[in-house]
Amino acid sequence: MSSAAIENPSRRDFLFIATGAVGAVGAASVAWPLIDQMNPDASTLALASIDVDIGAIQEGQIVTVKWRGGPVFIRHRTKKEIDEAVNTPLSDLKDPQLDSARVKKPEWLIVVGVCTHLGCVPLGHEGQYDGWKCPCHGSVYDTSGRIRQGPAPLNLAVPDYAFLSDTKVKIG
Amino acid sequence: MSGTSTYVPKSALGRWFESRLPIVGLVHSSFVAYPVPRNLNYLWTFGAILSFMLVAQIVSGVILAMHYVPSSKMAFDSIEHIMRDVNYGWLIRYLHTNGASMFFFAVYMHMFRGIYYGSYKAPREVLWILGVIIYLLMMATAFMGYVLPWGSMSFAGATVITNLFTAIPLVGGGVAHWLWGGYAVGDPTLNRFFSLHYLLPFMIAGVVGLHVWALHVSGQNNPDGVEVKNVKRDTVAFTPYATIKDLFGLSLFLILYAWFVFYIPNYLLDADNSVPANPLVTPAHIVPEWYLLPFYAILRAIPNKLVGVVALAAAIVLLAFLPWLDTSPVKSAKYRPLFRFFFWVFVVCCVGLGYLGSQEVSDGTTLVARILAIGYFGFLLVVLPLLGLIEKTKPIPASIADAVLTKASVPSAPSVAS
Repeated sequence: MSSAAIENPSRRDFLFIATGAVGAVGAASVAWPLIDQMNPDASTLALASIDVDIGAIQEGQIVTVKWRGGPVFIRHRTKKEIDEAVNTPLSDLKDPQLDSARVKKPEWLIVVGVCTHLGCVPLGHEGQYDGWKCPCHGSVYDTSGRIRQGPAPLNLAVPDYAFLSDTKVKIG
Repeated sequence: MSGTSTYVPKSALGRWFESRLPIVGLVHSSFVAYPVPRNLNYLWTFGAILSFMLVAQIVSGVILAMHYVPSSKMAFDSIEHIMRDVNYGWLIRYLHTNGASMFFFAVYMHMFRGIYYGSYKAPREVLWILGVIIYLLMMATAFMGYVLPWGSMSFAGATVITNLFTAIPLVGGGVAHWLWGGYAVGDPTLNRFFSLHYLLPFMIAGVVGLHVWALHVSGQNNPDGVEVKNVKRDTVAFTPYATIKDLFGLSLFLILYAWFVFYIPNYLLDADNSVPANPLVTPAHIVPEWYLLPFYAILRAIPNKLVGVVALAAAIVLLAFLPWLDTSPVKSAKYRPLFRFFFWVFVVCCVGLGYLGSQEVSDGTTLVARILAIGYFGFLLVVLPLLGLIEKTKPIPASIADAVLTKASVPSAPSVAS
């Protein structure tokens, strides 16, 4: 296009740009439903919370429940396990977080049972910190579910939860 | 090299048809009259073998899809149904599962042959890149196919591979949820993987069409790596010379394939995949299929999540840049003594990483995997660029015909490994 044409755009130039813009917006608005259909659907979102009876979980026991298609660990911690978690200096941690920030009641630890490396399910009461050890790539977590060793970058996630009573917890 | 056809239909009907759709002439010029270098060895038969395997996988896969149910409740049982109840279901499934391994074995031979003889160099860069795209599509297809039986290793594999995307900063988690259609691998994931597993082979077929087209524009490379100068002296006709040779190579390959299917059909499968998937438990020792093990070993060798994932991706993507990483103007390793040495070091690194990927992690295996991973990337990023500057190559023959006539005085090419 010559400089004269830029200074003095014709009606044809305007139509060309306007048509192109409408076409681009149209293509994008058709593409979005085709992409968004793969996101979690309404029935998956509807299953976003569960109630769990924790009355029967013994001290020292870890129970795995299914929440949103994956595992959640509910761990009834012993005094020793709580002390280990509380007394760990933050400088030893890869993803520093106080134990008190990860629990609502010290004896109950509730974390998403998915390794933050590549999503495997860690094994309980394994590894040198008495927490969990992932069978896939060897990440080790402590009794607060915090990452201590291995390739995982983050602590086991804490889901949203609330104690409905002393023996009932709502996850999600 | 194209446009060599002198095809004239003999019958009046043939001439009538050819003047309306010249497809018979196209086949004639591509697979009958097409000139191939006279010095090709059996490593050049893997192209035909790969074409056969693609067709075999599509045929057996379409049949399996008639009996398979893509749902997390039914998938595992429908595979058992295929194995026990469907007429010849066991045969078709074993052909398909072992066919995937045969396909990858052939593609690795084809790729290593391409590297050894410098087949990626000008004027074949686009041909090579199309090949890398086919390889990527093959890995995606094989991965999604492995998920379909919904065994515990299927589930763990789907989880680990899709979680690679969570390494992407900021958007990684959202991308993973989008891939899963939920908060973890589940029913929606299985269903879309089935859909894509059916689609991708046809995309592979399309790119194979481009690959063959590009091949027929530049012509084949050959063990001496010198271009065809005189079609009469340097080449022979595709049919019967290459056709018969390809059929013989394919026959030997089919013996190996049949041996796996009929004698050790489960050798390459994992026993853990005979246990139905359970989202709450991961098998104690997870391994991918053998053809992905070297990349898995690279991932495990690196202690940082993001760097590990980037290295895994780079190990594959860098292959597409080989035409520019290799700075030497001489193609064939026959005339590049230093390159030939480092090529075999590279092969040892790849095979070694594959072995380590299958082993449980210990400090020892991690250390060796790191050394081999440095060897892998060192070959691509350091050795190849430097060799072009420092290597003293042997004199290359003036033409293919000259190379053939003085063959006795030239170091022989490696024979086909079986």
